[in-house]
Amino acid sequence: MYSQGLIGAKTETTEDEAFLAAFQARIDAEEKIEPNDPMPEGYRRTLIRQIGQHAHSEIVGMLPEGNWITRAPSLRRKAALLAKVQDEGGHGLYLYSAAETLGVSREEMTEELLSGKAKYSSIFNYPTLTWADIGAIGWLVDGAAIMNQIPLCRCSYGPYARAMIRVCKEESFHQRQGYEIMMHLARGTAEQKELAQDALNRWWWPSLMMFGPSDTDSQHGDQSMKWKIKRFTNDELRQKFVDATVPQGEFIGLSFPDPDLKWNEDKGGYDFGAIDWDEFWRVVKGGGPMNRERIAARQKAWDEGAWVREAALAHARKRKARREAARMAAE
Amino acid sequence: MSKNLIPLWEVFIRPRNGLAHKHCGSVHAADEVMALQAARDVYTRRGEGTSIWVVPSSAITASDPENKDENFEPSLSKVYRHPTFYEIPDDVGHM
Repeated sequence: MYSQGLIGAKTETTEDEAFLAAFQARIDAEEKIEPNDPMPEGYRRTLIRQIGQHAHSEIVGMLPEGNWITRAPSLRRKAALLAKVQDEGGHGLYLYSAAETLGVSREEMTEELLSGKAKYSSIFNYPTLTWADIGAIGWLVDGAAIMNQIPLCRCSYGPYARAMIRVCKEESFHQRQGYEIMMHLARGTAEQKELAQDALNRWWWPSLMMFGPSDTDSQHGDQSMKWKIKRFTNDELRQKFVDATVPQGEFIGLSFPDPDLKWNEDKGGYDFGAIDWDEFWRVVKGGGPMNRERIAARQKAWDEGAWVREAALAHARKRKARREAARMAAE
Repeated sequence: MSKNLIPLWEVFIRPRNGLAHKHCGSVHAADEVMALQAARDVYTRRGEGTSIWVVPSSAITASDPENKDENFEPSLSKVYRHPTFYEIPDDVGHM
């Protein structure tokens, strides 16, 4: 799930012209960059930041959905939700591994998430108030993430691209199970339809914000495109998402909370209303309804897992010492 | 943060018998038993394999990308190592 348009990476770099030109030539030739290859510091830093944000988003993204596992309305829905949340954990791990190939440690990344220095997708700072929110998240949030992630399968950095291929393969089930939940609610009783509509009303705008700041306000976009970390701009991806999603919502008889949303024949896509960027920045910077709770939950998991990590290492050391003692005795 | 870092393991999976184990990613784990369990959970949730190897990342020796040309370029220039280098009349048939 869940990458967001990159927030606040410094792409500037200090290498000499010849080095940068040689690197750009490899990128332009669609060569993949692998961990030990020479690369500009700005490229490395941008990727660490982006892959880190992406990994954190997967991990934090387990929280809003985990909230409903014990209250899923049927065994079928519960099994699917458990599998989905487990996938998100797996996606976080693929991505942390990809970031680690760039020279950052798992511990450093965890520390940056807990201290608030590293960001994660703003969408997870909204609460999951009803069961319909699980449908809306799968359909809209995973749908937006897929839109973002499919081009990342062709990212110039090999380990990130390979992780994204695995993630995208698994992601499609997430979106389909979410849409199925919405469809069942929308075709159910009046109260159920109302739940689905309410969830769509609350998740629509935050989903559009997932693509990150508008191209006109995003300073690092150009360099990321040039290095082929990104293949499409934030606004291009957002437009594709709107065009794909609106007919799906209309098909199940739901309406979108945007009076300016209408088909534009000339551009072959939908026009939509202005996004509240003040809200976006407020939520990114910690002012969303759930920011504190999300980080507190991660901090609690980290703190309460400390004895497990210590015990596992102590156990491994003990077994190793025993094996060595046995080997010495045998010699 | 703990000063004791949990070691990194490289994960190789055999998709099915008859195929080689192939590198698919890495996991952190305190020992090889937990590394295998973590690898199973992270990399084989959808029938991706029938066998897993885990290897401490620190045990891998890799060739240096700086020596890529001297290591690998010579094989490109030796076209006579390939069957298509040799001309056999069509009349001889498939060889």
